[in-house]
Amino acid sequence: MISISQVTKRYGRQAVVDDVSLELGGCGITSIIGPNGAGKSTLLSMVARLLPLDGGTITIDGLDVRTTPGSVLATKVAVLRQDNHLAARLTVQDLVSFGRYPYSKGRLTSVDRDAIARAIGYLDLEPFVDRFLDELSGGQRQRAFIAMVLAQDTDYVLLDEPLNNLDLRHAVDIMKLLRAAADDTGKRIVLVMHDINFASVYSDEIVAMRDGRVVLHGPSSEVMQSEVLGLIYDLPIDVREVDGERIGYYYR
Amino acid sequence: MPTDTLTLSRPASVLAYTRRPGVRLGILAVLAVASVVVFLTVDIVGSWDFAVPFRARKVYAMVLVAFAIGVSTVLFQTITDNRILTPSIMGFDSLYLLIQTLVVFVFGASALATVDEQVKWVVEVALMVTFSTLLFRWIFAGAKRSIYLLVLVGIVFGTLFRSLSSMMQRMLDPASFAVLQDAFFASFNAVDEQLMLMSAIAILLVSLVGMRMMRVFDVIGLGESHAIGLGVNHRRVVTVMLVLIAILVSVSTALVGPITFFGLIVSNLAYALLGTSRHAFVLPATVLLGVICLVGGQFILEHVFALDTALSVVIEFAGGILFIVLLLKRGVR
Repeated sequence: MISISQVTKRYGRQAVVDDVSLELGGCGITSIIGPNGAGKSTLLSMVARLLPLDGGTITIDGLDVRTTPGSVLATKVAVLRQDNHLAARLTVQDLVSFGRYPYSKGRLTSVDRDAIARAIGYLDLEPFVDRFLDELSGGQRQRAFIAMVLAQDTDYVLLDEPLNNLDLRHAVDIMKLLRAAADDTGKRIVLVMHDINFASVYSDEIVAMRDGRVVLHGPSSEVMQSEVLGLIYDLPIDVREVDGERIGYYYR
Repeated sequence: MPTDTLTLSRPASVLAYTRRPGVRLGILAVLAVASVVVFLTVDIVGSWDFAVPFRARKVYAMVLVAFAIGVSTVLFQTITDNRILTPSIMGFDSLYLLIQTLVVFVFGASALATVDEQVKWVVEVALMVTFSTLLFRWIFAGAKRSIYLLVLVGIVFGTLFRSLSSMMQRMLDPASFAVLQDAFFASFNAVDEQLMLMSAIAILLVSLVGMRMMRVFDVIGLGESHAIGLGVNHRRVVTVMLVLIAILVSVSTALVGPITFFGLIVSNLAYALLGTSRHAFVLPATVLLGVICLVGGQFILEHVFALDTALSVVIEFAGGILFIVLLLKRGVR
């Protein structure tokens, strides 16, 4: 479990995340939704120890992210942020191999090689293993980064807007993949999502945030309600049931 | 089944990828040795007993400088995740010059002359390491680690350091100034023996530390958030790298004075030639390329231009052009 308790993050006097307490990772996929500036990415970054906390504590399976050595946490939780530009020129194989660094420290064992091959296979990247990242399309590159994170073989995976810059088909592919990873391997995946309908269809639970606070945390059907979404986004959102899925309609 | 051909052909191509950088590194090593041999033996008039050791000392100095500049540049580019930055663009070597000037300014040229050369050097390097690490840690620790801010701050500091040193130099008496200038611009033709020994020891120590960190360097090259995600203590490793860079910049600046663009040439040549970003390949390749460029350049200088111009002029000219080409080609990112 990822336990967030009374966590605060301030920039100047502005609290971006304001006294948030939350339990994440109790189920397969949890999506964090909310408007820009709600503190979603900031919260995720703090869980991934990419940002220091200004107050409160975060523990992952009982390990405090502030005091536990990074090398230990790296075997518990993997993280992928939005901006994945690299100056280094790497092949897909190289990149995915980095996912084993927490275990191998760069000297790959046969266990590491298996994990790398599995991650590459899982994301259908076999045809591209020797291609450089800058020779791939946006969707393929995103898949390569996700393969790296899966190769890290952690119980928890944090992804910040994994659908950013992807076209519809690739977005659907990625979400199906994450769903399958959660179901097949029992991984606990936490996503920051902008598209409420993707969140609705693919997540078990949704955390709705606004102004640095959690407005509601519950099963996705509970959060996907016109009143809740309207309150969070300041926008009339009509939630309808389509083929058993709750879909928000807000385009006009 | 078509998949059969796939599985058959793939191991071969994987092999090709892993083998190639090594082969290229080998070719570079051969070229480096060849250029050294040519430099040592060609066109000797008179006694070999004199000429070869005389030239060998120059080569020795050039190898030290090639190592110091090449490795410090690559490490710096890894930290900043940017391939057009060098420690000297960020004002590292002007800091070294400032420290030198400050020593002469405060203690006088006689102090510089009387103090044991080795003690002086160690103190200077220690100062350099302390200041540059503090300074760059402070810049790196900024809330937003914007690369543009970093470059801008570095350039401003570089200019500040240079202006401060030139102000102090103007206030010095001519005799002290002459001593100082002599300390700044040793060329490859007249490098102090003791300084070379100290530099060699420093480089050996840096290599011992660096060799064990090759793979961590690779992870740092992925950028801060990936490195932390993979369990690397980013702050600590970057600090160690900054210390290594500070030592190496002190070494090269003490030996031959500031060279702005040389690191840029060899590091970018190494990336382009090897097609990999793995430090275990890139670092030796930059050193070898540095040796080839310096020894080859000095050879051409001595035999074609008849020592009419300085090697640094040639290097800065070529490096400056490459810098502009890189800027035009990729943008500052």
